[in-house]
Amino acid sequence: MKPELSVNIGGIKMKNPVTTASGTFGYGPEYAPYIDLNRLGAIVVKGTTLKSRQGNPTPRIVETPSGMLNAIGLQNPGVDYFIERALPFLSNFDLPVIVNISGDTVEDYGLLAGKLDSASGVAGLEVNISCPNVKKGGLQFGSDPESAAEVVRVIKSSTGLPVIVKLSPNVTSITDLAVSVAEAGADALSLINTILGMAIDIKARRPVLGNIMGGLSGPAVRPVAVRCVWQVYKAVKLPIIGMGGIVSAEDAIEFILAGASAVAVGTANFVNPRATVEILEGIEEYCRKYGCRDIQELVGAAHRQ
Amino acid sequence: MGSIGTSVKGRVELSFLIDALVIKQERVGPGLYFMELQAPEIARKAVPGQFVHMQVSRELEPLLRRPFSIYNADQDKGRLELLYQVVGKGTEILSKAAPGQNLSVLGPLGRGFVLPEKGQKVMVVGGGIGIAPLVFLLKELAAGGISAEVYLGARTKTCLPSLSQVGSMGFQPKVASDDGTIGYHGQITALLERDMADTAIAFLKPDMAYACGPKPMLKSLARLLLAKHIPFQVSLEEHMGCGVGACLSCACKIKANNQEGYLYRHVCVNGPVFPGEEVVWDEA
Ligand SMILES: Cc1cc2nc3c(=O)[nH]c(=O)nc-3n(C[C@H](O)[C@H](O)[C@H](O)COP(=O)(O)OP(=O)(O)OC[C@H]3O[C@@H](n4cnc5c(N)ncnc54)[C@H](O)[C@@H]3O)c2cc1C
Ligand SMILES: Cc1cc2nc3c(=O)[nH]c(=O)nc-3n(C[C@H](O)[C@H](O)[C@H](O)COP(=O)(O)O)c2cc1C
Repeated sequence: MKPELSVNIGGIKMKNPVTTASGTFGYGPEYAPYIDLNRLGAIVVKGTTLKSRQGNPTPRIVETPSGMLNAIGLQNPGVDYFIERALPFLSNFDLPVIVNISGDTVEDYGLLAGKLDSASGVAGLEVNISCPNVKKGGLQFGSDPESAAEVVRVIKSSTGLPVIVKLSPNVTSITDLAVSVAEAGADALSLINTILGMAIDIKARRPVLGNIMGGLSGPAVRPVAVRCVWQVYKAVKLPIIGMGGIVSAEDAIEFILAGASAVAVGTANFVNPRATVEILEGIEEYCRKYGCRDIQELVGAAHRQ
Repeated sequence: MGSIGTSVKGRVELSFLIDALVIKQERVGPGLYFMELQAPEIARKAVPGQFVHMQVSRELEPLLRRPFSIYNADQDKGRLELLYQVVGKGTEILSKAAPGQNLSVLGPLGRGFVLPEKGQKVMVVGGGIGIAPLVFLLKELAAGGISAEVYLGARTKTCLPSLSQVGSMGFQPKVASDDGTIGYHGQITALLERDMADTAIAFLKPDMAYACGPKPMLKSLARLLLAKHIPFQVSLEEHMGCGVGACLSCACKIKANNQEGYLYRHVCVNGPVFPGEEVVWDEA
């Protein structure tokens, strides 16, 4: 029997729990030659800002043990371009489109939410209050529970779309943030964003990245991410999209057992363009093997022992 | 694991994710390796200047793929050839891959060289491992009956394993080496500059120049060519993540009519070949 894999993330109906991590899957066409996008539970597109952004100087990435640091700096053509030029491609597919948004100011978030609210084909917003690679905004909002709540309130008053708030692990207490944005009206949470890190070129004796610091992602961050999902699952009753170093179905299951209702695949796409679909197939197989009829049975199951 | 094309920004992309059999692996110079792969889909589609993104190991470390230019593509045999330099962890592991082993290859990726028209005068300039994408280009030029003035530079004689191959295609490359063990003693751009200035040589002003090599070489080449208004195409490198335009890592500055005077374009999908006139060279 086919296991029931559909999940509901704060009002976004996904046919399965596998989605993409923002900034690692472009706008969709990049990976369409390698997988059938229709098979994804949802797509989370690259970080979008009000105005276009050039991004940071190079080098923008550096490989680290079982991971990588990135300092792209949210390069993107801006929300209007996204709506006019990128969104139509995705409307050819049967999958919810979740737009990841970033602002320099609280007002930016409101304006972005308003524009996307009136665009057709957007299923929900993922609010990036946790990007470590931009000077203004970014982590400022994500590390202070009150500012984070303020961002959520402004967005909720500008749109009826489901609002997923993406949290940063670069804080003393991720649960304080989670509780605060939940009270402010967030419909779901996604965690984690990258972990602030850096690498130094010992021959040149200077930092490798053009931006000096960057965000760590990939398998290296997985234990931190699983811990965050575990803690937040206990603290708030919102659906969670778990991510951070997922490269296999086993990794995804770990997140689900910790409390994630859905998972996002990030850095793994760079290594294996078919990672999302292979992870989905592996989750299905796991359910069959362990007699799980509905994926819901697994969500947070590790807490119930 | 083949794939069908999809239209991205108005052009048809055709690339494949395949497990390719290593046919041959040979050390051809100091830290220099030649590799032959069975990859029919990629070989059939590839054009000079394009690259492949290779997974050197199935382990989590090194994690990311590594980009390599297509040194040659044998359409009939369905084979791809690479020429690479061992510089770090990934290329070290790659150099240990033995015939019979499978490697995950993504490609062909990127935009290749725009080939000249028949009768045009062409110049090809390669430095070090930058020769890699130029041999495939020269093969196509030879097949199209286009002659070219070829300049190849390297650190030392043994770093020029492609010389006889280029010769057998009918080209007579001018050569320079940093240590003087072969050809002109000095940089290839210095030799080129000398030839351009030497009235006795009757330097032919090419209609198009093609180049690949280390950034400092490309930079001085750009200075020479821009001064003479010679159009040129260069293959650039930048640290790359995905290879397909999703991560926006491999950015390079391309001149633009905006406030900053440049736009970031990406080596993986907008390049690796760019018109030399459009590259911002000051910071390169
Ligand atoms: C489009 C393109 C075509 C290339 N073609 C060739 C070729 O034909 N032959 C060849 O020998 N080399 C080529 N290179 C360079 C080659 O990709 C690097 O030398 C290689 O990735 C180094 O890997 P490593 O693990 O040995 O080095 P490490 O220094 O251990 O690598 C660490 C990280 O830096 C990246 N990196 C290091 N140097 C470069 C570089 N120059 N360009 C991009 N990323 C780099 C690696 O991919 C890796 O992610 C090409 C690069 C690009 C972008
Ligand atoms: C190159 C790159 C770009 C990213 N861009 C964004 C972004 O624009 N917005 C965002 O919220 N997260 C961004 N992220 C973070 C990822 O969405 C994800 O949270 C993180 O990479 C952890 O997952 P992973 O280990 O599976 O990659 C980016 C990550 C990478 C590697």
